[in-house]
Amino acid sequence: MAAFESLTSRLQSVFGKLRGKGKVTEDDVNEAMREVRLALLEADVNFKVVKDFIARVKERAIGQEVVKSFTPGMVIIDIVNKELTELMGGTQAKLAKAAKPPTVIMMAGLQGAGKTTASAKLALMLQKGGHKPLLAACDIYRPAAIKQLQVLGGQIGVPVFSLGDKVNPVDIARQALQHAKDEGRDYLIIDTAGRLHIDEALMEELRQIHEAVKPDEVLLVVDAMIGQEAVNVAQSFHEQLELTGIVLTKLDGDTRGGAAISVKAVTGCPIKFVGMGEKIEPLEPFHPDRMASRILGMGDMLSLIEKA
Amino acid sequence: MSFFKKLRESISAKAEAVTNKFREGLGKTASAIAGKVEELVLRRKKIDEAFYEELEEILIGADVGVTTVMRLTDELREEVRKRKIEDASELQPILSEKLVALLREGADEGLRMAESGTTVILFVGVNGVGKTTTIGKLAHRFKSEGKSVLMAAGDTFRAGAIDQLEEWGRRVGVEVVKQQPGADPAAVMYDAIRAAKQRGVDVLLCDTAGRLQNKTNLMEELNKIYRVIQREMPGAPHEVLLVLDATTGQNALSQAKLFGEKSGVTGIVLTKLDSTAKGGIVVAIRSELKLPVKLVGLGEKMDDLQEFDAEQFVHALFAGAIDKEAEAGSAG
Ligand SMILES: Nc1nc2c(ncn2[C@@H]2O[C@H](COP(=O)(O)OP(=O)(O)OP(=O)(O)O)[C@@H](O)[C@H]2O)c(=O)[nH]1
Ligand SMILES: Nc1nc2c(ncn2[C@@H]2O[C@H](COP(=O)(O)OP(=O)(O)OP(=O)(O)O)[C@@H](O)[C@H]2O)c(=O)[nH]1
Ligand SMILES: [Mg+2]
Ligand SMILES: [Mg+2]
Repeated sequence: MAAFESLTSRLQSVFGKLRGKGKVTEDDVNEAMREVRLALLEADVNFKVVKDFIARVKERAIGQEVVKSFTPGMVIIDIVNKELTELMGGTQAKLAKAAKPPTVIMMAGLQGAGKTTASAKLALMLQKGGHKPLLAACDIYRPAAIKQLQVLGGQIGVPVFSLGDKVNPVDIARQALQHAKDEGRDYLIIDTAGRLHIDEALMEELRQIHEAVKPDEVLLVVDAMIGQEAVNVAQSFHEQLELTGIVLTKLDGDTRGGAAISVKAVTGCPIKFVGMGEKIEPLEPFHPDRMASRILGMGDMLSLIEKA
Repeated sequence: MSFFKKLRESISAKAEAVTNKFREGLGKTASAIAGKVEELVLRRKKIDEAFYEELEEILIGADVGVTTVMRLTDELREEVRKRKIEDASELQPILSEKLVALLREGADEGLRMAESGTTVILFVGVNGVGKTTTIGKLAHRFKSEGKSVLMAAGDTFRAGAIDQLEEWGRRVGVEVVKQQPGADPAAVMYDAIRAAKQRGVDVLLCDTAGRLQNKTNLMEELNKIYRVIQREMPGAPHEVLLVLDATTGQNALSQAKLFGEKSGVTGIVLTKLDSTAKGGIVVAIRSELKLPVKLVGLGEKMDDLQEFDAEQFVHALFAGAIDKEAEAGSAG
C-alpha cells in the first residue's frame, strides 16, 4: 500500500544525511535495518521469520561491506535481496517421478486457496509434456466441487475420476489409483477439499488418503495474499503430511507475497510452482530472485544494482 | 466505571447464545492476542523500546498491519508520556480502549434494508474468499426470518460457479436466476432485478465472479454490473458487501480501496474466522477506510454466519484480561 513507497527511498533518507559525515556507523546500519524490517512486515513476511532474517543481514552488513561503501543503501538492498533469494531456494520446478508409474500427486490446502485450479493447471502442464494425467475428485463437501473439476478437465481434455459425493474420499483416492493403473495413466493428481489446519477430523482424512495412495508428491497450495497465519498453516500441514512442495497461487494480483518466505522458512519445502491467473494454463516455475524483488517492492531496482 | 466493566456489562445484556457462538468462533483469536499481551506485560514490567517492539509484533502477528500498528504505538507512547505511566500493566486497558475505538470508527449498523420493495445486496471480492458461501448462508438467514429471497448467479466465469450457487439454492430452498456459463453478468443482473420486481421478493442476493482488484477489465465489468443494478432499480444496491478472507494479509487494504472505487462498497463480510487467523486486518480497514464490518463467517455450513459486533470482537480478543479485572474487582 501507499505506506510502502519504496525501500530504496527509505534507505536513501537514512543514509542521505550522512553524506557530510562520510562514514557509516553501526547506528546507521541499525536504523536502516528498521526500515528493512518494516518493508518485510508490510509485505506480510511472518514477524518471527523477519526477526531471524534481520539478525542475519545485520551481521553481514556490519561485518564489512556496508561500512566501507560509498553507497550503503544499495549495498544493504543488495545483501537483503541476495539473502532473500537464497532463503527461498533455487528454481525447482521439478516434480517427483515414481519408479513405477503412476506418479501420485496430492493437493492440499485451506479453503479457496486454489487447489482445484492448480490441479487442472498441473494436469495441463503434464499433458503438454507428453504425459497422460488423471484427475481425481476427492472433494465431496464443497457444493459443485466435483462439477468444477469435471468442467476444467473437460476444457483441457484430461479425464476426471469421480465416484460422486456419497463415497468416502479415501476410497475415491484408492480407486482412482487403481483406475490410473488400469488405464495406463502415468500421473494421478488428487484434488482434495479445502480445510483448516486445525480441523482434526478433516486433517485425519488427509492422512488416510496419504496412507492409502502413498503419494510421491504432496503439494501445499497457498494463496499469495495470505498474511501472518501462513506460518501456522504451513507448519501444521507439514507436520501431518510431510509436504514435498508448495504451489503459490494468485500471484497475478498486486500482493507482495511475503508468505512465500514464511512458508519456505518453516517447512523447508521448495516452492515448486506459481499460479498466475484463473485461466487454465500450465503452472509456472517459481523464480526466487523475482519473488525477492517483488517482496521488496523494487522490480526495477535490480537492474540499477546490476548497472552500478 | 472502568472500561472493561462497561464493556462486560454491555455484552452481558446481549443474548447469551449469540455471544457464546461468537466467542467460540473467535476462541483461537482471542487467546492469541490477549494471552500474548498479558504475558508481555507480566514479563516486561518496564515500558521501553523492547516492550514496544514486542507489542508491535503481537499486533502485526494478528495482521493488524504496520501502518495502523505504528499509529497505535505512537498514541500509546504519547499517553505514557502524558500520564507518566511506568508500569506496563497500566498500559493494557489503554490499548484495549484504543482498539475498540478503532473498530468503532464508522457507524456500526446492521444490514441496510430497503424501506419498501426489494432489498438488493451485491457481493464482491477477490477469488475464493467466500462470496458464494456467504450468499447461501444469508439466504438461509433471511428465509428463516420469513422473507422471500432470490439469488442471482452473476459468476458466469468460474467452472461450476453456477452449479455451486444452485446447490446452495436447493439446500436453503431459494431460487436462482441464471444464464449460461460465459454469459454477460450484467445481463444476469438485469434479469434478476426484473424477476425480483415481478415476484415482489424481499431480498435479492447477487453473486459475482471473484476478481483481483488490479485487473482493470474485470473491475470495469464489475462497475458495469453495479451500474446496471443502480439503473434498473433506484436506490439499489442497498448494500455492496466486500467479502474478505480473515487469513488475508495487508493486501486486504488494497482490495477494500479498489473495490470501493469500482463498486461503492458499503460494508465488509469477514469470512473464515473459524480459522486461527485473527482477522486483525479489519482493524486497519476500519481505521483507514472507515468501512464497517457487517457480518462474519465462522464455518462452511449455512448457520455459520454472525453479525459483527465490535465490542464482542474486542471482548473476545481480551477475554482473559477482562475476566481478571472482574475477579480483582469482586475481590476488592
Ligand atoms: N487470479 C487468480 N485466481 C486464481 C488462481 N488460482 C485460483 N484462482 C481462483 O481462486 C478461486 C478459488 O480457486 P479453487 O481452485 O476453486 O480453490 P480451491 O482451493 O480448490 O477451493 P476449495 O475447494 O473451495 O477449498 C477461483 O475463483 C479460482 O478461479 C490464480 O493463480 N490467479
Ligand atoms: N472455514 C470456512 N470456510 C469458508 C467460510 N466461508 C467460505 N468458506 C469456504 O471457502 C471456499 C471458497 O468459498 P466460495 O464461497 O466458493 O468463495 P467465492 O468467493 O465465491 O469464490 P470464487 O467465486 O471462486 O471467487 C469454500 O471451500 C467454502 O466452503 C468460512 O467462514 N469458514
Ligand atoms: Mg477445490
Ligand atoms: Mg463464488
